[in-house]
Amino acid sequence: MSELLLRVRDLKTYFVTEQGGGTARAVDGVSFDLHAGETLGLVGESGCGKTVTSLSLLRLVPEPPGHILPGSFVELEGRNLLVLAPKELRAIRGNEMAMIFQEPMTSLNPVFTVGDQIAEAAIVHQRLGRRAARARAIEMLALVGIPDPETRVDSYPHQLSGGMRQRVMIAMALVCHPKVLIADEPTTALDVTIQAQILELLARLQTELGMAVILITHDLGIVAGTVDRVLVMYAGEVVETAATPELFARPLHPYTEGLLASVPRLDTPWPRRRLHSIPGQVPAATAWPSGCRFHPRCPYAWDRCVAEDPPLLDAGTGDPGSHGVRCWLLAEPARRTRQRPP
Amino acid sequence: MTTEFPLVLVHNLVKRFAAGRGLWGFGRSRGVVAAVDDVSFHIPPGQTLGLVGESGCGKTTVGRTILRLVEPDGGRVVVDGADIFALKATELRAVRRRMQIVFQDPYGSLNPRMSVRQTLVEPLVIHRLANGAKGERERRIDALLEEVGLDRRLAGSYPHELSGGQRQRVGIARALSVEPKFLVLDEPVSALDVSVQAQVLNLLSDLQERRHLTYLFIAHDLAVVRQIADEVAVMYLGKLVERAPAAVLYRSPRHPYTASLLSAVPVPDPNAQRQRIVLTGDVPSPAHPPPGCAFHPRCPHPKKDERCRTVPPPLREVAAGQLAACHFAEEPMP
Repeated sequence: MSELLLRVRDLKTYFVTEQGGGTARAVDGVSFDLHAGETLGLVGESGCGKTVTSLSLLRLVPEPPGHILPGSFVELEGRNLLVLAPKELRAIRGNEMAMIFQEPMTSLNPVFTVGDQIAEAAIVHQRLGRRAARARAIEMLALVGIPDPETRVDSYPHQLSGGMRQRVMIAMALVCHPKVLIADEPTTALDVTIQAQILELLARLQTELGMAVILITHDLGIVAGTVDRVLVMYAGEVVETAATPELFARPLHPYTEGLLASVPRLDTPWPRRRLHSIPGQVPAATAWPSGCRFHPRCPYAWDRCVAEDPPLLDAGTGDPGSHGVRCWLLAEPARRTRQRPP
Repeated sequence: MTTEFPLVLVHNLVKRFAAGRGLWGFGRSRGVVAAVDDVSFHIPPGQTLGLVGESGCGKTTVGRTILRLVEPDGGRVVVDGADIFALKATELRAVRRRMQIVFQDPYGSLNPRMSVRQTLVEPLVIHRLANGAKGERERRIDALLEEVGLDRRLAGSYPHELSGGQRQRVGIARALSVEPKFLVLDEPVSALDVSVQAQVLNLLSDLQERRHLTYLFIAHDLAVVRQIADEVAVMYLGKLVERAPAAVLYRSPRHPYTASLLSAVPVPDPNAQRQRIVLTGDVPSPAHPPPGCAFHPRCPHPKKDERCRTVPPPLREVAAGQLAACHFAEEPMP
């Protein structure tokens, strides 16, 4: 395995809600490793904590109302980012670790040209002069496949299509050749044909630049096609983690299993069958259920699931730690009696 | 396809918008955008037509023009025997009972100041329904809530107190309250999470079967459409480029755009050996559609030639029940 880049341990990010609604435990004890050159997928539905996890890595969570709890640990090549002084942190953000967001229109500044916005990071972090920074911006636009970069460098965001704006966001994030790129739903706002272009671009740039990518998505199809390892999140916790082929071949957490069966897909036989659906809905972050947080929606749940919070248990693939599942079924496999959904 | 008389008939539908006026809408228009350009299809009773395409292709405008929420510029629409574009305003109101719409964003399409009960009562009042015996409306609302799978106790709730899935169920209940025969479903599940999306899709299938409803299901997600549609129509820059029974279209698309769209849908299987056709470039502006076949600048078909750049291909039958607007539809993409 290649060199360990990012080590996250027991990350907890809570929000104090207004009107005495209580504390929202948005991210509640997330741990994972990210190795050089690897693509890690963070999957889950809205409200599961995947975006807050990614914002916490760069300490971009607004404080207050949010706070990262003491005892949380985000270590980039040996440095704990959570205890760095603001100045040291700024030297990392956008330089060693960069991020692209879902909505390219709202994340770009409408009153600056895209060239200025791409050049900014190069000026700040690499102390390039204006002319060199502009040349760098043009080079980046060409790298992300924008035609006619010498002209486009002077365009404003509103003059570009959604797909072009997302390419600009990627150019901005990559200008300092980060070691880690966090991509939060980078294609969700785009049409499928443009999504295919952007995913292709990200894969090519990752190979060329050798960076590690954390891809946050709700789309299991994108996960299957692009990531090496998956973390499935539910209710602020990682409920299952495995290498991508293993996860799709042997989903062991009932939530992962249900999620995979709920996806409408093009490769199922005709005539089509009714979709499997997970009953109920994701609970509120201020009131996670007791025991296993998935138990109210779980088809297998028994009294132990209501009473005891399961740890991430090893699936016993022969490679300890490679496939973890937060479910008591692993301790009592005979309980998996209900027919698996098709 | 059945030979039953269609419940919905759309013939040569045209809708144009004035484009690119100056600031505040003053000044001369800089042109016309044909948002919907000569679109025709029909839907037999109890069936679903899936209308798919990328943003800006005109699919939403088709749905709204059919219901005359947007006034048409040409064509003819017949819903359940009523010639929609020939109706006077008062007549149209009566016909609206038979055709309803469910919107994509359940948050934006529900009045935040109205409780679920008020939202569901309003159409009954407007159409003077269930105003007989005392408590009839209450009973009707309880039945509707049950039918869409919402707890009766939610009747007093306001939209912000509901989840996305619950809000969409309210939107569906509101559409059903006047007992329509035809529903336009405009991206009804695209704002929902996967697990909830499956619940709502199953609900829509159940309702269709129980009430013998006819659906125009507008969506950008081909995998979702495959789950519900009997026939599928694909739109590109205001025009239909392909129309076929769902089983046929997904198995053997004849238009290169349909083939590219299908190949771009991510499949949740890491072992899937699929050849992805990545289209280059963006969708052109509908204000300046390319000459000839509007898809030609992005078309990956190996035989693309001068004809594609100059002659617009008509939508024609290329196989039994399958229509495609491509000069090379007989030689589909490999």
